[in-house]
Amino acid sequence: MEAIGKLREDIQKELEDVEFIIGWEQGFDALHATPLFIRSQEDIDRLIWNPLCVHNLASYLPQLKGRKVGVLLKGCDSRSVIQLLQEGLIQREEIVIFGISCPGVVDLSKIRARMNVSQVKRVSFAEGNVTIETPQGREEFPLDEVLATKCLSCQYPTPLIYDHLAGEALSPQRPADLLYKEVEEIEKLDVKERLAHWERELNRCIRCYACRNACPLCVCQDYCAADSRNPHWLSQRAGIGEKVMWHIMHALHVAGRCTDCGECERACPMDIPIQRIRKKINKEIKALFDYEAGVNTEDTPPLYTFQMEESTIREKDW
Amino acid sequence: MSNKGRFLATDKIPGLLKRLGGTYRVFAPVKVSDTVILFHEFKEGAQLALNKQATLPPKEILFPQTECLLSYTYHKDPENLEKSEVQVEETLEALPTIIFGARPCDARGLMVFDAVFNDGQWRDPYYKARRKATTIVTILCTQPENTCFCTSVGGGPTNTEGSDLVLTPVTGGYFAEPATEKGGALLQDEAFALGHNKADEAREEREKVSLESELELDGIAQCLLELFSTDFWKQVSAKCISCGACTYVCPTCYCFNITDETAGVKGERIRTWDSCMFYQYTLEASGHNPRPTKVERYRNRIGHKFSYHPTNYEGMFGCTGCGRCIKACPVSLDIRQVLREVKVHG
Ligand code: SF4
Ligand code: SF4
Ligand code: SF4
Ligand code: SF4
Ligand code: SF4
Repeated sequence: MEAIGKLREDIQKELEDVEFIIGWEQGFDALHATPLFIRSQEDIDRLIWNPLCVHNLASYLPQLKGRKVGVLLKGCDSRSVIQLLQEGLIQREEIVIFGISCPGVVDLSKIRARMNVSQVKRVSFAEGNVTIETPQGREEFPLDEVLATKCLSCQYPTPLIYDHLAGEALSPQRPADLLYKEVEEIEKLDVKERLAHWERELNRCIRCYACRNACPLCVCQDYCAADSRNPHWLSQRAGIGEKVMWHIMHALHVAGRCTDCGECERACPMDIPIQRIRKKINKEIKALFDYEAGVNTEDTPPLYTFQMEESTIREKDW
Repeated sequence: MSNKGRFLATDKIPGLLKRLGGTYRVFAPVKVSDTVILFHEFKEGAQLALNKQATLPPKEILFPQTECLLSYTYHKDPENLEKSEVQVEETLEALPTIIFGARPCDARGLMVFDAVFNDGQWRDPYYKARRKATTIVTILCTQPENTCFCTSVGGGPTNTEGSDLVLTPVTGGYFAEPATEKGGALLQDEAFALGHNKADEAREEREKVSLESELELDGIAQCLLELFSTDFWKQVSAKCISCGACTYVCPTCYCFNITDETAGVKGERIRTWDSCMFYQYTLEASGHNPRPTKVERYRNRIGHKFSYHPTNYEGMFGCTGCGRCIKACPVSLDIRQVLREVKVHG
């Protein structure tokens, strides 16, 4: 059975026992999906599943703690749930997980960079290609060219945790050595060039905090140090210094917890490639602690524990 | 419009902006990354992007994201160290400015600002001075986007309200017509050629534009009041992640915060953009917050734009239909859909 059919069936079975189930429906045009809160049979009929279902719906879960809900998760999104469970930020028994094996989702900013999408009429996916129809004509290109960067090195196409699974379980098809490709490119720059790179990119940050609010692991949210007024940790100015500071703050607060879901970057209205900053820290955490966030509910994030001697850091030999 | 129109060839624009730069600060939409277009102060060689709506409206030029209202220094009295005097300096600066390449919805956005900061009960000297010093050159829209709904809120792709000089795209460039004296003065520049033969084309281009008014907003202010205490807001805000992007990209959102930022004996009183989508926005000193969750915050955003604002300002909506909030929203929450539902349930 097609994944969407299986999803609908499973959702129908569970609907009575939960407040709602979060999935996706068609958004304001053919190119945009939008989260759907399923409460009725009618809602189930509106459910869609395709490479436009980009949102990591796990972001909603921490705020729903204490209520029984269902959620649809791709492989990468399931890691956010595992991480949240590890930290006690959500309760397993309160969530019904509908896992979906995922061949990849698109990065809409990559599509916007290559064509005018202000009047999209139709979008279709077939045989590894995406076709987009506008009043100016149709464009067809390989899906791989516009897939989210995280998908190009995806190691977890099948959710790591679920109650129901839709679609055939997929084994990883993507080369793991691409995982830090963009980070490695920036590492090649000398320190001055690196700073210039980030100042150029971050200069267009408007400090709207969409990156924070979209992040499933940014659970402070309303009490975020970046816009706390009392104490006033960070200037309210919007100069480059404050912008850089905000991103260091975010990246450090998710160090060892960030599951590389990319929501922060996807949410940014200024298309700033900020996931790379988080990724760089992930890379360091991997090297220092041999740790990957969100793959095992029994794990404890490295910065949540203290050991006199870390097994992976050989201090005495220094 | 008048018959004083002139023709501005596309290739004359960089030269024009450069010459104007001698007298004015000139802002124009510039491509700053693969996908982002921002109003930047024009420099030679900048990649102008005049055929698309900019990612952010030009509001920052008149209402900067960070603005120093005054600076201050404390001086200790050497005779009595318990005592100090504070010296305050005003920092208002309003240089002659041109915004080149706004959209009709952007120009109308500033009319919303005018009502609040310029013409009403309270006048904001900072905004007022800058507004007076600013000339707005607008490019009419011959290809509205599928997020545009200006016609539903009182504007339109060829609306000239709030603009000083109006450009209609024609073959090879733009047909320029003054809407105010300020705008007319710019036509003195050598970049503008006689344009009689382009007047008809410009008129035809304008007539061809079709963007039907898709929303029925009569009585919406009242509908919103009726829905105030209902569960409606829980339903429509469910997918909102309370991120604030919609307010930051909006040409009409004008809420601000003021903080004193002191370092040692010196400091600045700064005004920065605020957003009703943030928790701190209505957090009271007592710790009480009348808008504790996204539900109340989202209700405020819609209520302000479509009920309280038109009630306070002669029916003018606090929205110009630019669609930027729809494009910027990480969860594609569509304000038009919300307004339709308000009409159904309210
Ligand atoms: S920091 Fe970004 S990539 Fe990491 S978990 Fe948060 S949203 Fe996902
Ligand atoms: S979402 Fe983008 S613009 Fe907004 S604060 Fe984050 S990086 Fe800055
Ligand atoms: S509310 Fe949305 S559509 Fe209306 S002016 Fe603001 S950004 Fe534009
Ligand atoms: S909303 Fe109207 S005025 Fe604004 S860009 Fe679209 S068509 Fe032009
Ligand atoms: S941009 Fe969208 S998600 Fe963010 S606060 Fe606005 S409506 Fe909510």
